[in-house]
Amino acid sequence: MTFPMPNLTPALPEIFVLVMVSLILVIDLFLSAKNRFITYALTQITLLGAAWITVSTHGSAPQYTFSNMFVDDAMSDVLKLMSYIAVSVVLVYSRSYISLRGMFRGEFFALVLFAMLGMMVMISANHFLVLYMGLELLSLSLYAMVALQRDSAISTEAAMKYFVLGALASGLLLYGMSMLYGATGSLNINQVATVIQNTTGNHVVLTFGLVFIVAGLAFKLGVVPFHMWIPDVYQGAPTAVTLFIGSAPKIAAFAFVTRLLVDGLQGLVHDWQGMLVIMAFLSMAIGNITAIAQTNIKRMLAYSTISHMGFMLLGFLSGSLNGYSSSMFYVLVYVLMSLGGFGMVMLMSRKGFEAENLDDFKGLNQRSPWYAFMMLLLMFSMAGIPPTVGFYAKLSVLQAALQAGFIWLVVAAVLFSVIGAFYYLRIIKLMYFDSPVDETPIRPEGDMAMLMSTNGLAVLALGILPQPLMALCAYAIQRSLL
Amino acid sequence: MNAQMLIFYLFATILLFAAVRVVTARNPVHSALYLVLSFFTAAALWIMLQAEFLAIVLVLVYVGAVMVLFLFVVMMLDINYDTLREGFWSNLPFALTVAILMAAEMVVVLAGRDFWANGSGSVPTLHGPGYSNTKELGRLIYTEYVYPFEIASVILLVAIVAAIALTLRRRKDTKFQDPAAQIAVRRNDRLRIIPVAADTKLMKKPEDAPQSEQTS
Amino acid sequence: MEFLQSLLGPLWPLVWTLVKIVVIVGPLLLAVAYVTYAERKVIGYMQVRIGPNRVGPLGLLQPIADGVKLMMKEIIIPSGANKKLFLLGPVLAMAPALAAWAVVPFSPELVLANIDASLLYIMAITSMGVYGIVLAGWASNSKYPFLGAMRSAAQIVSYEIAMGFALVGVLMAAQSLNLVEIVNAQKGTTFFSWYWLPLFPMFVVYLVSSVAEINRAPFDVAEGESEIVGFHAEYSGMAFAVFFLAEYANMILVATLSSLLFLGGWLPLFDIAPFNWIPGFFWLMAKICFVLFLFLWFRATFPRYRYDQIMRLGWKVFIPVTLVWLLVVGGMMQTPLGYLFH
Repeated sequence: MTFPMPNLTPALPEIFVLVMVSLILVIDLFLSAKNRFITYALTQITLLGAAWITVSTHGSAPQYTFSNMFVDDAMSDVLKLMSYIAVSVVLVYSRSYISLRGMFRGEFFALVLFAMLGMMVMISANHFLVLYMGLELLSLSLYAMVALQRDSAISTEAAMKYFVLGALASGLLLYGMSMLYGATGSLNINQVATVIQNTTGNHVVLTFGLVFIVAGLAFKLGVVPFHMWIPDVYQGAPTAVTLFIGSAPKIAAFAFVTRLLVDGLQGLVHDWQGMLVIMAFLSMAIGNITAIAQTNIKRMLAYSTISHMGFMLLGFLSGSLNGYSSSMFYVLVYVLMSLGGFGMVMLMSRKGFEAENLDDFKGLNQRSPWYAFMMLLLMFSMAGIPPTVGFYAKLSVLQAALQAGFIWLVVAAVLFSVIGAFYYLRIIKLMYFDSPVDETPIRPEGDMAMLMSTNGLAVLALGILPQPLMALCAYAIQRSLL
Repeated sequence: MNAQMLIFYLFATILLFAAVRVVTARNPVHSALYLVLSFFTAAALWIMLQAEFLAIVLVLVYVGAVMVLFLFVVMMLDINYDTLREGFWSNLPFALTVAILMAAEMVVVLAGRDFWANGSGSVPTLHGPGYSNTKELGRLIYTEYVYPFEIASVILLVAIVAAIALTLRRRKDTKFQDPAAQIAVRRNDRLRIIPVAADTKLMKKPEDAPQSEQTS
Repeated sequence: MEFLQSLLGPLWPLVWTLVKIVVIVGPLLLAVAYVTYAERKVIGYMQVRIGPNRVGPLGLLQPIADGVKLMMKEIIIPSGANKKLFLLGPVLAMAPALAAWAVVPFSPELVLANIDASLLYIMAITSMGVYGIVLAGWASNSKYPFLGAMRSAAQIVSYEIAMGFALVGVLMAAQSLNLVEIVNAQKGTTFFSWYWLPLFPMFVVYLVSSVAEINRAPFDVAEGESEIVGFHAEYSGMAFAVFFLAEYANMILVATLSSLLFLGGWLPLFDIAPFNWIPGFFWLMAKICFVLFLFLWFRATFPRYRYDQIMRLGWKVFIPVTLVWLLVVGGMMQTPLGYLFH
């Protein structure tokens, strides 16, 4: 049987990560508790190695392999690099947090790397089946991580909710994919796009399948009306896991939406545009308004996530290359801000004490002016106030939507943004103008302190000079969607 | 109707009955057993479609392993059926409304003539006697679809790691036997032979007895 | 034949199949009864005593007497036991043991259903045997049978994996799932061409795993008649008898499969003159009797394994051994050594 051996070079990062995670699993068996930092070090080395391989195998044109199921183009390389950085930062932030709570086990790092692998598979997928498998790999690892603090009833409950709702959403997604297969006769994204463009597919079936697919996507992104899991899961999971869920998987979700809706179903743009308009509007509305009433920081950040995802969808529904690259920029900026936000919560937590409530941020300026300043930058960025990078992200997304003609939607977005600024500014008010409830000094570990400062300053720096990142996003989108 | 249609309707009826009983049976163990029956009849239907590998693997994996574990859990949990069904009648109106709406929308779409227009229902080709479903599937899985196959294996690995990470607890004070160590025992670990000089002095008189005892 | 065919018309295939089933199951049940007799005699002689010798000449009517006794005994159903499931347990234990015989070939032409996936079919059907035990234990509404059933079910499911891998080894060597073709692939001049030699670890693992699968000594901790209460404690009379019939039917099935897969089936010892004249059917019977004698020998000789030892053996020893040997077989088939297989 002559079947050519698939070209493994584009898939080298995935292969490397898989080999390393298997090695880490085995090596961790033989490490004693005090040597466990070796697992942590190996995980960081894996991410570094994967980043190096991704950069060295980067080519100018998209490379397809594994029977056209795997695509290595500019967008996948950029997104993978950003995911490596995000996961690496998550690990640094979480290190002391999880070791104080008995979660510093080999399985934690293995699950993080497996989730990373799932994200990489999703980002490079060119086939519905592979897209789905990457999603499941990521989701299963996340379900387990949420429940990892097994003595906590809240975490277990959050994990159960996440699992059940996630399984339901995966079911809806699969149903939609099977409808698309029935209408177009292929599961390969390129072929589906061709069939739709030549209008040889049955339009009613296609739209029927599209509805289910968008429902599944909406769950993964966390937009209304499939947002119910986000507040509960974000609040119930250990903050380290919340940090992880809130950052890197969003990059993968962006890739997921792009591969499905933009690469594959571009021909149906008028159908999914309408759905995205409704979802974006409702997300911004509900996310911003409900966040005002929250007293738990993790829950508040969860609702703000919902609104941010609504904003990101604004870029998608413009249907132009400019819109997609501004969405990508928004996602990357959001990940940066989210890392900082949840990182600050972990920074202020100690053994036995979770800095979850708004009151814990009171008087932060008096306890530690530098970190209060970092939080100020992050909150300004989330609210979209210049000169932080959040402002430019919102601006580019709104511009794209405006160019597509959605004037009322843009006006509503700006309105909800102003309403939303309230709860961000409330935190700043608590930090600077209230006296502290808890007087213990804040002493984070060296690497976390450095990274947090870098995080906060990056938000400011990128706001002053947003062009490099925006150019990178534009390059990525243009080189991959021809 | 010929024999094949008869057999199809027989299996299909049993399948539908079993599926309905899964949801409506009062006793959860009965429910699980009806599910086993529905898997079995589904496998029979697949054999009629010439997908014998899938049918047999369905029985082997689902009925043989997954349902056994289901039964384990259902039997070991003390499920109080009445408390489980408590909110049923009060929630029914709302649930029914949503369900009927969804079903109505789906029927309107599915029953419209446009839906089946472009030949989206074709009879699968029947193969001759030399056709082996197993071989064809194997051929595809290990060549064209090897990438999703490998990812599926990684997903299974994640399931194992997650299950152990979530449930393994080692009590530090339990003592247990290690069969491997028991089997690896050597004769020298258990038995030590000390050479003792034989008592060569013969006892001549009864008074000599204490003396000879001292030499051993 | 043609007369009957024209008489029954469309029902003919059904009737012919029923006749074939009766021809297989009838002697099988008789064999099951007499394997119990053989066991008592063989184990008796191994333990320096005579087995049953009162009922009939040489005690040959002993199984009949046992059967009559069990049939006359009252079937006691415990109060609070789930009656339907209580009676369903023995049925689910017996049915797979009989259903698997549908694909067993007794000679190249004598097989009820010569399907291309017969090995897979047998694996699937034998994996259904767990349900009888689990249901029996649970439906008895009694703590100890329930625990015994859980233990037994866990043991069976664990050894299924090792057995499956051993059968995959055979599949790789024969390159077919069809039992007839597997036996034909072992054709050669001497008995060294049978699969027991190149797949020796698989043979050993398969033999031992199947002993564990059917809950026979030394793996019979689930029934451990002398020391621990098993899943069938609440059963009496014919229901109890059905369980044991199922166990012995499984034993004969496993012996037949070992003979077919590893010992050359109906192929003669040496493919030369005097051995050739004996029909293949008798060679198969001889091999089955040999393997059955091995099983009885195991029971008489080995002390019972402890439950944690059983689990350790299944998971930590057999599965790695079979996995490694699969790789070795795969490697061997790519080298000139592959001639061993075909």
